[in-house]
Amino acid sequence: MNAILVQAMLGLNNGAFYAMLSLGLAVIFGLLNIVNFAHGAFYMLGAFVALIGLTQFGGWIGVPDLQVNFWWALLLAPLVVGLIGMLVERTMLRRLSGLDHLYGLLLTFGIALVLQGFFANFYNTAGTPYPGKPEILEGVTDLGFMMFPTYRLFALVFSLVVCFATWFMIERTKLGAILRAGTENPKLVEAFGVNVPLLVTLTYGFGVGLAALAGVLAAPIYSVSPLMGADMIIVVFAVVVIGGMGSIMGSIVTGLSLGMIEGITKVVYAPASSTVVFLIMAVVLLMRPAGLFGRE
Amino acid sequence: MNRWLWIALIVLGLVAPFVFYPVFVMKLLCFALFACAFNLLLGYTGLLSFGHAAFFGGAAYITGHAVKVWGLTPELGILLGTAAAGVLGLVVGSLAIRRHGIYFAMITLALAQIVYFVALKAPYTGGEDGLQGIPRGQLFGLIDLEQSLNMYYLVLAIFLGGFWLVARVVDSPFGQVLKAIRENEPRALSLGYDVARFKLIAFVISAALAGTAGATKALVFQFATLTDVHWATSGEVVLMTLLGGVGTLLGPVVGAFTVVSLHSKLSFIGAWVTVIIGATFIVCVLLFRRGIVGELAELYRKQFGGPRRPNNHKKLAPSPRQREA
Repeated sequence: MNAILVQAMLGLNNGAFYAMLSLGLAVIFGLLNIVNFAHGAFYMLGAFVALIGLTQFGGWIGVPDLQVNFWWALLLAPLVVGLIGMLVERTMLRRLSGLDHLYGLLLTFGIALVLQGFFANFYNTAGTPYPGKPEILEGVTDLGFMMFPTYRLFALVFSLVVCFATWFMIERTKLGAILRAGTENPKLVEAFGVNVPLLVTLTYGFGVGLAALAGVLAAPIYSVSPLMGADMIIVVFAVVVIGGMGSIMGSIVTGLSLGMIEGITKVVYAPASSTVVFLIMAVVLLMRPAGLFGRE
Repeated sequence: MNRWLWIALIVLGLVAPFVFYPVFVMKLLCFALFACAFNLLLGYTGLLSFGHAAFFGGAAYITGHAVKVWGLTPELGILLGTAAAGVLGLVVGSLAIRRHGIYFAMITLALAQIVYFVALKAPYTGGEDGLQGIPRGQLFGLIDLEQSLNMYYLVLAIFLGGFWLVARVVDSPFGQVLKAIRENEPRALSLGYDVARFKLIAFVISAALAGTAGATKALVFQFATLTDVHWATSGEVVLMTLLGGVGTLLGPVVGAFTVVSLHSKLSFIGAWVTVIIGATFIVCVLLFRRGIVGELAELYRKQFGGPRRPNNHKKLAPSPRQREA
């Protein structure tokens, strides 16, 4: 029983990453009508910014003592990756407006391959451990009903806070209202004097920034590898198909619960743990083709 | 299709093994058939499958196992692989056609990942090593396929057969309905066509042919590996089709030749190949949406006239006869 509980909590932690990634995918899809295949690559990029910042960056600029610690990485990696994302949007994705949605998928797939291949040249595909886990997050915490690794707990709570803050921003603030209106009818919103192209760029930057943030949080747990994003994005796609991209809260709930189910499967029948999400997707497609929270 | 094109293809095919390394040409042909099968779906039905490696690699594993462990003859092995890929296509297709566009792509990708994990973890597949040492055997119990040239002409025959089948399907009334679905699905539906069934049949044909390609590849190289079922292979067949020209008959062949040659010529630069493949994707989508064959046809049209094709490739695979909206 306890083993199931531990795995469920660990899975929930993973599910929080799924939630953050599918959230970003949903926001980007809403405004740009692009399924961002490069999302996994930006997640990986986030983890690599943290790793490089800690171990190599100082050496590159001739100040070997400079180490960008975990807390700074948590702030800087999403910014750096968000900026790269905005550049990508401005120079490439923008030129696809009015074309078939599938072109967006193919273009971002190409971007994902370029990023992944680039890092695969310099870093071991088996993964490099991130050595910068903060000291206060070492060890385990007693949750009353179980012992749980402190860092995992922190990552879980932090991701949940970010997810709900995003939900609040989109569903409850003025900026979010403009964003939602832009999703419905960008022409009309532009007529009201909103700079929609800028909004699109910022949205893309924000979405991939979220992915990078998840990447930084994941770095101390898993090893940092050029392939970590590709493995992730396929699962997140399944999560998105299950939940539907129509609802922000739907993305969060689906991500969390699927992570948890995946964790529980590890105890119940381990060989199925890597495929359970895809199998659930197949079942959902049979029962509710539009997804649990979807509207097609 | 043009008779001269066929004659040229056959002559080139007959001569090729004396000019190039036969195994290399066989690899080209297998991937060309794979891309043609894929193009039937993307180019002529407008469905982007991101999981075609499951059929290609799945068939490779099944044929490999059948020939190696059960001792089937190569022709039966290939048939079995093809049939298995068709059945798998029926399952994946009937799930995936419940959604449209990008969702279709994501679903096929996710379902193909199940096949990948099965190939990785099942007891008969050899895990990380893949299935090694598949015997080529004797075709019909008579022709020794260990002889490189014999194997080559079998592969050529399979490729030409598959290519002919695709051309035939595209030109048939059935193919016309597929194109109608690609152009305007609601209209095809309102004309009374059972769109879902047509899509599913196209998916099964495409999956089965991809299986033929994979099964043949398994015999040529005498192994089936995880690369065959990996999502990167699914991506590569998309690139072959896109680069050669989506919705052109010859495009996938040209695209497959280009991508496979690129891989073999650039194998010395390691992971940079992935960067180049990715960059090719980007360039194709941004600047080059008609693909090599599509651009050449357009150039020819501009030079020598011919029916105007108001074809700006806003849709992934618009027909030459697409009307101006």
